[in-house]
Amino acid sequence: MPSTAVEEVARRLAKRARWHPLEYAFWLAALASVFLLPGRHLILTEIAWLGLFALSLDLILGYAGIISLGHAAFFGFGSYVAALLAKYAIINEPVLALVVAGLAAAVLGFATSFLVLRGSDLTRLMVTLGVALIMREIANQIPDVTGGADGLQGVVIAPVLGLFPFDIFGHVSYVYCLCVLFVLFLLARRVVYSPFGLSLRAVKGNPLRAASVGISVNARLVAVYTFAAFYAGVAGGLLAQTTAFASLDVLSFERSADLLLVLIIGGTGYLYGGLIGAVIFKLMQDWIANLTPQYWQFWIGLVLVLIVLVGRDRISLMTGGLRLVGERIARRWKPAPPAYSAPLAGEGRPGEGG
Amino acid sequence: MAAVLETQDLEKHFGGIAAVNGVSLRLEQGARHALIGPNGAGKTTVINLLTGVLRPSSGRILLEGRDITAVEAYQRVRLGLARTFQINQLFLDLTPLESVGLAIAERMGAGAQWWRLVGTNPAVIEEIVEILERFHLVDVMHERTGHLPYGKQRLLEIALAIACRPRVLLLDEPAAGVPDDERHEILATVAALPADVTVLLIEHDMDIVFSFADRISVLVNGALFLDGAPDEVARDPRVKAVYLGESLDA
Repeated sequence: MPSTAVEEVARRLAKRARWHPLEYAFWLAALASVFLLPGRHLILTEIAWLGLFALSLDLILGYAGIISLGHAAFFGFGSYVAALLAKYAIINEPVLALVVAGLAAAVLGFATSFLVLRGSDLTRLMVTLGVALIMREIANQIPDVTGGADGLQGVVIAPVLGLFPFDIFGHVSYVYCLCVLFVLFLLARRVVYSPFGLSLRAVKGNPLRAASVGISVNARLVAVYTFAAFYAGVAGGLLAQTTAFASLDVLSFERSADLLLVLIIGGTGYLYGGLIGAVIFKLMQDWIANLTPQYWQFWIGLVLVLIVLVGRDRISLMTGGLRLVGERIARRWKPAPPAYSAPLAGEGRPGEGG
Repeated sequence: MAAVLETQDLEKHFGGIAAVNGVSLRLEQGARHALIGPNGAGKTTVINLLTGVLRPSSGRILLEGRDITAVEAYQRVRLGLARTFQINQLFLDLTPLESVGLAIAERMGAGAQWWRLVGTNPAVIEEIVEILERFHLVDVMHERTGHLPYGKQRLLEIALAIACRPRVLLLDEPAAGVPDDERHEILATVAALPADVTVLLIEHDMDIVFSFADRISVLVNGALFLDGAPDEVARDPRVKAVYLGESLDA
């Protein structure tokens, strides 16, 4: 019954990329927040660009296994590019400027990707950290361009698409960030379920074997690192555009480290980790800062320790792994095994012919 | 007959030690060639040199007459040279279905496609099923590879190499560590490999070697000791002395 198996395989492969009900729920909730939480749009804006930034890190860490402590390099670069484009009225329209900011970050990502091809996690941590430190110091040394330690003043952002001017309540900012996040999320989702995305997981799982089935490991890593840098650049551009400001802390070490924290809170390798992590991180920061402003770092540290002790597996079980549990339960309750059984060669197990 | 895979004076030094020392091998089209030798003779190093995991200190490797000594490992696979590993090298987080599909997609040059979804190419799906059936992996195709029984993992090792549709296949101890009752399944699939695929088998088990090979090369201390038909090798008293003495502790 080979046709049965072909159908089964086609069905299972098609199912991989199908939208889960929880995904619809997530994006409906995001849409609902636009209308139901108008007073919270400023923090929601921050959550949206932070989520996009964390999604960028997830693409390289969760899918390709590249750990980075310097992802702010691309975020900050995109941020300055977007701010400068607006300040000097080179590109006024924010969406177009945002794309250019992302592309600029992608060029930087491509150029530095060759540094993370080889070596252990530790090497990669140090190299990415080093690149971000260099970027920050360059920005610090050219105050004529970047504004140095004072930040880039006098940035005026034109209305989005020439129609929607930014307001002080963050209404336009939030809708703008959410739209960008959603579009780039759809793109990322498409990519991770493509043959390219599958090959990334193979490279992450076993680079030796990946090369042995004909995968050019280095080319794939360069591609995903560049792609992720684009996302980080766009996230940085969103920050610059929604605050009409860029300063050295867009390139800071703390930003890279916080990002890793955000992603680990949410879990890696299923795309929603960065988004959920951003929601939790920002809300916690906001909540704790209201209670005890001076102890913020203490609480976030405690949470981090707890997460690592409890284990990533259990965290992802609570967030992304529910589906797996559901499947397992469903399988157990299913009365009979699938109708198809393998036709075995003559000497195979008796009683199980094709 | 034309040599499909050939090495000329292949050498590999690790520091001062010559792990492979002047090996000139010749694999005929469609051959069932076995490479045997005591532990530490350099068999796996030869495989690593052939596949490009290691670079030789000197010497040349020719695949179908083409010098591939400087060709990257992944490109050699695309040229038709695939291998299995003595110790499983699998994608533990992927399912056999995904792993085999991945290898086929790569071979078809679709591996870098980032817009098309996996599993939308009917030709790929049919070939996935064909390979999974041939290697008795259909009933476990949705399991995570890391959760499979060891025997199934060994089968997947070979299935992944076959999915690359090689013209030369290097099998590094395919049945290593497999319990006796699962062994026949692996050996049957090895015996049933397409006749036009040239196979180089590394193996410790002499029963497997002599039932499979039509030509045997004996490697001792990194150098080729003898190269001939199975009965020639079996008769040679020196091989027994070198080999059997060592293999008692294996």
